[in-house]
Amino acid sequence: MNAAGSESNADHPETGDVKVDGRGLPLWLLLELTYKCPLKCSWCNNPLDFDRYQDELTTAEWANVLRQGRRLGSLQLGFSGGEPVLRRDLEELVGEATQLGYYTNLITSGMGLNPTRLAALQRAGLKQIQLSLQACDAELNNRLVGVDAYAQKIAAARAIKAQGFPMVLNIPVSRYNIDQTPELLALAEDLGVEYVEFANLQYYNWALLNRSDLLPTREQIARAEAAVGEARARLGRRMTIYFVITDYYDTRPKACMKGWGNIHLTIAPDGAALPCQEARVIKGLEFPNVREHDLGWIWHESPVFQKFRGEEWMREPCRSCDERGHDYGGCRCQAFLLTGDAANTDPVCSRSPHHHLVEEAVMAAMAERPQQRLIMRQRGLNLV
Amino acid sequence: MAIITSLAPSDVIELNPMFLFRWEDAQNAYVLLYPEGLVKLNTSAGEILAAVAETTTVGDLLERFTAKYNNEDIAEDVLTFLETSHERGWIRVKR
Repeated sequence: MNAAGSESNADHPETGDVKVDGRGLPLWLLLELTYKCPLKCSWCNNPLDFDRYQDELTTAEWANVLRQGRRLGSLQLGFSGGEPVLRRDLEELVGEATQLGYYTNLITSGMGLNPTRLAALQRAGLKQIQLSLQACDAELNNRLVGVDAYAQKIAAARAIKAQGFPMVLNIPVSRYNIDQTPELLALAEDLGVEYVEFANLQYYNWALLNRSDLLPTREQIARAEAAVGEARARLGRRMTIYFVITDYYDTRPKACMKGWGNIHLTIAPDGAALPCQEARVIKGLEFPNVREHDLGWIWHESPVFQKFRGEEWMREPCRSCDERGHDYGGCRCQAFLLTGDAANTDPVCSRSPHHHLVEEAVMAAMAERPQQRLIMRQRGLNLV
Repeated sequence: MAIITSLAPSDVIELNPMFLFRWEDAQNAYVLLYPEGLVKLNTSAGEILAAVAETTTVGDLLERFTAKYNNEDIAEDVLTFLETSHERGWIRVKR
């Protein structure tokens, strides 16, 4: 997911983009209202033991987070999950957020999203909707999400546009659906969406379990990129297309979250405050909870948010690298998952002494598959 | 610098309704919020977009800034910024 989006700063109107100076503010606040979801995606970024977190924040507790977030300077607000539409208080929380001055984004599978709720969300001030779609035919889409969802998703997409919302169509990309890129682009055009995001999977949690089966080949990615290039040339400004390449095929890491504790703050369903949605994969970190701490303390003072903030924590090769201010050493979660230590350089970087782990994972995925059936998201799976 | 002009003086321009444009105290600046993104505007850019927010013609807006700053040369800078904003989809021509 391109969670951090594309910040730019018209610092000089004549010269164009400069990075937003977050000035240490959590500009992006993401609320994971629930881990519950009707879908069973085998790349879900919720924790493997998601069903342990039953104690969701109440409406009043979420509203309190919203107020504290605005005081801290948060501007972009995402309602995510799980499936946030499952929360019956979604409209109320959107209304509260609107009143506080957030730009409100709903990140949804579309399940349960009907014209009545869309109208209520619009009245509450919702600004835009990001809808996920996995394929452009029912058979593949339903197989990938593990339930009969395609017809509902298409109906939701049309209802979203009928209601006049700007819409991002988010396509989580794996080897199974990447060859549908041209057809998915045509579908997006037909639906009249403003933004399409081809989100090559990031391999954490469920996606990591299924990595060998999900990882596309280089050739698949090249073909998909070519299709995206053609569509961009044809559609111009009518549709913006993001294509986020699988970082396993890169030689430099992604600037994950634009740095740890820099501009992004996620609140998990149980109130845990996370520097990114995946941060729970890093063992040994004590995440502060909004039920016990003030959001300002969490952001500015808590040990977890300071742990990988800035550059002090960096080791070689990051410490002396002249690209460290650009990619922040990559992703802490990926460093932990692949090397066992979150303070290491993201092994995607070709300068990392662990880079061979990424190359070997790609080789193994190409050689061994189809290795196994996809492990679908399910309750009671405790592999950690 | 030569500018390929896509905006005519008689064009009525407005902010893209998909964008939320407003003053943000914590940034001490105008900000522009849109799906998955935000832009913090510097003083002059903020001032220009604030004028666009009132919905006006390109010509009126250029005149207004020329008069306010008593400077004929400012028109070209303002127009350049409007072109950039149009190119990025921040503003649109109201038909």
